[in-house]
Amino acid sequence: MTLLAASADRSQQIPNRHQVAAELSRVSRSFGDQLVLRDVSLQVLRGETLVLIGESGCGKSVTTKILAGLLEPSSGDVLWEGQSLKDRSAAELRRDRLRLGYLFQGAALFDSMTVYENIAFGLRENSKVPESQIRAIVLDRLREVGLSTSTADKWPAELSGGMKKRVGLARALAMSPDIMIYDEPTTGLDPVMSRVIDDLILQIQQRRGVTGVVVTHDMNTVQSVADRVVMLYPLGKLGAQHPQTVFEGSLHDLLNSDDPRVSEFIGSNRSFSGIPRERSIA
Amino acid sequence: MLGGVIVPASDARIDGTAFLPTPIHWLGSLCVESIVVLGDVASFTWSLCGWLLVRLPRGRVLWPILNEVGVRSVPVICVTGLFIGMVLAVQTFDTLSQMHFQSHIGSVINGTLVKELGPVLAAVMLAGRVGGAIAAQIGTMKVSEQIDALKALGADPIAFLVVPRFLACFLMIPALTMVAEGLGIFGGWVVSTQIYGVSSHYFWNYSDRFIMAFDVVTGVLKSMCFGAAIAIIACHRGFRCGSGAEGVGRAATEAFVASFVAILILDFVMALFSIQLLKLLWRLGVPIS
Repeated sequence: MTLLAASADRSQQIPNRHQVAAELSRVSRSFGDQLVLRDVSLQVLRGETLVLIGESGCGKSVTTKILAGLLEPSSGDVLWEGQSLKDRSAAELRRDRLRLGYLFQGAALFDSMTVYENIAFGLRENSKVPESQIRAIVLDRLREVGLSTSTADKWPAELSGGMKKRVGLARALAMSPDIMIYDEPTTGLDPVMSRVIDDLILQIQQRRGVTGVVVTHDMNTVQSVADRVVMLYPLGKLGAQHPQTVFEGSLHDLLNSDDPRVSEFIGSNRSFSGIPRERSIA
Repeated sequence: MLGGVIVPASDARIDGTAFLPTPIHWLGSLCVESIVVLGDVASFTWSLCGWLLVRLPRGRVLWPILNEVGVRSVPVICVTGLFIGMVLAVQTFDTLSQMHFQSHIGSVINGTLVKELGPVLAAVMLAGRVGGAIAAQIGTMKVSEQIDALKALGADPIAFLVVPRFLACFLMIPALTMVAEGLGIFGGWVVSTQIYGVSSHYFWNYSDRFIMAFDVVTGVLKSMCFGAAIAIIACHRGFRCGSGAEGVGRAATEAFVASFVAILILDFVMALFSIQLLKLLWRLGVPIS
């Protein structure tokens, strides 16, 4: 079975409660007077890589921040493992949030700390692991994302964009999360580095079995990593009655969709050839 | 909201005419916005107090901030204190000498420095040097998603960013105030005795007569309140900063302006309070000199 077919097959199964790792239920969010999300519902299934696509300003990053509990929805509910975030205390939320790793759009490395301190931060804050063990974990994560161990002593300002993304990924992986959220992982990177990051996302999914949520507008990334795709549309271009989620399905269905909004988005990706990429990991 | 004024949900009245905000609407909006901001600052301070009781920052987080807020502020505090003391001597000598009270100059300079100028000057310098920097640092962290990253890694931003900065401002400002007062008194003494020829004996004798231990203690306590206000305002502005470089710049400016206004208001309130306290202690017969 090809990966595309497998992806299509998996997306057609109806999920049961135990398969849902995280869920948004009729979530809306506004900033001041500006409504960004309206009644968006979303399920992330255990073990899958769900890709959120859509043009800039459609609320993809806001959706993932709400999903990760970093932003509160104006209305609606967020559930992790079937339990609402509203039912958790602040301490429980901080503890459970560690199950989610987050790679931020600009990597969001702490610029007052070295690479080593950045990766060790979560372990130092949340565990009593001895420093020797923390060092071993940090160096292991650096190797896992393809960086040399000498990078550990560098400052974020000394790193290239691709290296920052990989350090951000190593920092998130240091906490051994069950769900990894990647916010625009290839934005601002050259095609070669974009491919490296895409391969890393696949490697992490395959080796660790983590559930992935990827926010992107790069169709090459979608094609490389997606098991299931959800497309959001900016509210400013939608009528009051139209749902904001304009597509939900497999990559195969996405590529064959006759919805003009979907076709326009795929067509606007100039670097996207439409030729399936091989998902082989070295 | 329209141009800062809260307007009805519809921008047209029932009779179809367009809604035009009147001065009453502007005033109402200003009051509502002020109450919202004050409530937000109160809620922010409440979280800070909660974390201060639950968990103190680790040494490796606190020490660099103590160094930045305290040690690195010493040169500018020294220069400011020294020159203010010297200027006070220059400005008061002529007036006092016309009344043949030039030997009292020590009490005027030292009293002013210990009761008012020392704490206020140290606080204003701290607000300018540290308050703006704190707001800019935290604002930049917010804009570049580093605050979200802290949350994602299981740390509370109030505990990690605000508590150490609050403690640094609160604990270091009394020392900075004492340094400013000390250098100011020294500067005033140098000008009074070496330039204007006032006797050093009278300078210290009159200072001792007119300045009480109560003044020194209330000055230090006052400075601690100023330090707390500067830290809370600066951190709050950083957390609420707008997007981009413009938002960060505005947060830094707002932090300084709001801290400065808060220092003046607190100074007035505490001056009234300390006078009443002094009278009460006097009546109770508590030694205050």
